[in-house]
Amino acid sequence: MEQQDSATGQDLVLFDNVWKIYRIGTVEVRALAGVSFSVSAGEYVAVIGPSGSGKTTLLNLLGCLDRPTQGRYVLGGRDVASLSDDELSEVRSKELGFIFQSYNLIPQLSVIENIGLPLFYQGVPDSVINARAVALAERVGLGKRLHHRPTELSGGQQQRVAIARALINEPHFILADEPTGNLDSATGREIMEILADLNREGTTIIIVTHDARVAACTRRVLRMLDGRIEHEE
Amino acid sequence: MKSELSHLLRFIRYGAKNIWLHKLRSLLTILGILFGVSSVIAMLAIGEGASYEAREAIKQLGSNNIILRSVPPTETSGKAEGQVLMTVYGLTKNDLQILQTIPSISSLTPTWEVTQSAWVEHRSVPIRLVATTPSYAQVTNLQVAEGRFFSHLDAVRRQPVAVIGSSVKDALFPMEDAIGKVIMVKSSRFTVVGIAGTRAVTQSAKTFLAQDINYDVYVPLETARSYFGEFEVKPGRGPERQRVWVVFHRIVLQVAQPEKILETAAVVNSILAERHRSADFEVLVPLELLKQAEETKRIFNIVLGSIAAISLLVGGIGIMNMMLMTVTERTKEIGIRRALGAKKRDIIWQFLTESVILSSTGGILGIALGMLIPLLVSAWAGMTTIVTVWSICLAFTISVGVGVIFGLYPARQAAGLDPIQALRYE
Repeated sequence: MEQQDSATGQDLVLFDNVWKIYRIGTVEVRALAGVSFSVSAGEYVAVIGPSGSGKTTLLNLLGCLDRPTQGRYVLGGRDVASLSDDELSEVRSKELGFIFQSYNLIPQLSVIENIGLPLFYQGVPDSVINARAVALAERVGLGKRLHHRPTELSGGQQQRVAIARALINEPHFILADEPTGNLDSATGREIMEILADLNREGTTIIIVTHDARVAACTRRVLRMLDGRIEHEE
Repeated sequence: MKSELSHLLRFIRYGAKNIWLHKLRSLLTILGILFGVSSVIAMLAIGEGASYEAREAIKQLGSNNIILRSVPPTETSGKAEGQVLMTVYGLTKNDLQILQTIPSISSLTPTWEVTQSAWVEHRSVPIRLVATTPSYAQVTNLQVAEGRFFSHLDAVRRQPVAVIGSSVKDALFPMEDAIGKVIMVKSSRFTVVGIAGTRAVTQSAKTFLAQDINYDVYVPLETARSYFGEFEVKPGRGPERQRVWVVFHRIVLQVAQPEKILETAAVVNSILAERHRSADFEVLVPLELLKQAEETKRIFNIVLGSIAAISLLVGGIGIMNMMLMTVTERTKEIGIRRALGAKKRDIIWQFLTESVILSSTGGILGIALGMLIPLLVSAWAGMTTIVTVWSICLAFTISVGVGVIFGLYPARQAAGLDPIQALRYE
């Protein structure tokens, strides 16, 4: 168990000896067993590992969807490990951008409404949301499909909507969960190119995947096994 | 504050969109609320109508009055007089004199009435000629819109003067001034000295007065007696004719102290019962109309109130059921929204807004139906119904309340979902 106290100041993301223990009946499951790492602004990181390695748990913690059993998670200089449910919601809406494997767009909302959703929960006025959503839709190449429903779009287009949605709140970092998992390889490559472009422009990205080809596109790979970071490349 | 409002408006827009997505399901869900709310509106409208009728009737009949009415006895106790059957019944001058001795009665106003037609040149109209004393206007709250009621002097001098009802005026003198003109009743001429104001004709007033009092023509009792005698000859079947002798058709007794009305009515009833061998009179107390109206109102309130309560309960459960279904169907959506930063509060608001939109839509449709029902009741049953603004407000508030009460549990269920589980839900 390494100590990385020295790094707190500059790091965007700091995991400090984080444990996550689930209790299933009388059995204790150590999903994370003392994970420590840090990510600085502008990095492009992949977390890779086989199923059961604690990847998903790490993703949930990184995404502030869950709280660690033990340890510190410092996001942008603020310890978020012990925040209340409401405060975590606020962190998610203001400081994180999510990209999911199955896009997770809301089917009854249009493209711009989907893109604007994180700002909606911050109470940003509609006019501001719409202007930003339109600009981002254009940036991911969906300027002509603003009022379409997700079901009217291809998988690649839906994932572009999700990327635009992840960017709208100008997050500290984008957290992507198998972003190409549901796409054919050509479309998958397009999505990875967009992410690479975003990273070149300064966006911090953390991808959680089991796909080595996806991990190969990033500049740093954290390999997980049995709830620990086994290896770093 | 402004953004809070636009936030809410957006919740409402999203909610309405979602409901529109399941039009049939939503429509079926709100039927319970719809019927519940329309029952509330109809109930209050009928109750309000009944008490309005009672108030109006009492205004016309006089709240301090006891009305004695002559009624034809059931068995024909007439004696044959050649071909003509003579029927004698009803209230007499002796009755009037004896009743005058009761101290709680402050005035007695007898009437003698005959159905006739009145005519002017070529125009004619069926009327009820009411021969009475000058006190009639005061005891029955009759307002003289134009001219005057006849006076004691008119009565003593047996002047041929008449006060005509507004409908009589409209029929005989549609475009002209009636005061000072002469109308013919049978073969007698009467000079019009006054026109009565138009009076609302309510159902319960009709049961007391037997007809539309706007077709009345009032003349002094003494004048009528000298013109028409005391018999009324009714055309009978074949050569048989019926002669009816009634001295007074009605006597209106005014009681100075309202609390003595019922007591006085009982005394009057027993005195008259002693004097009359057959039941040829009846004693009516307008004040009892109020009790009847309250009874009507109470029955309607119980019947429709329970229908309303059951419908609203069933409707509320329907809404709760649909919302629980919606929450399950949209578990994934809830997970997405939570991941993107929706607080529990936001999720509660979202689903609560939806259930309130559902229930208040039911409420609005129910109000529309509820305003229609009283119209139909009025048309078919002839009851007065009044839809008041406050009953609409009450009904709407109830429907919103149902949405909140029955929407809260599903909304809390939705908010309580674990975001991670919800996100993984397929």
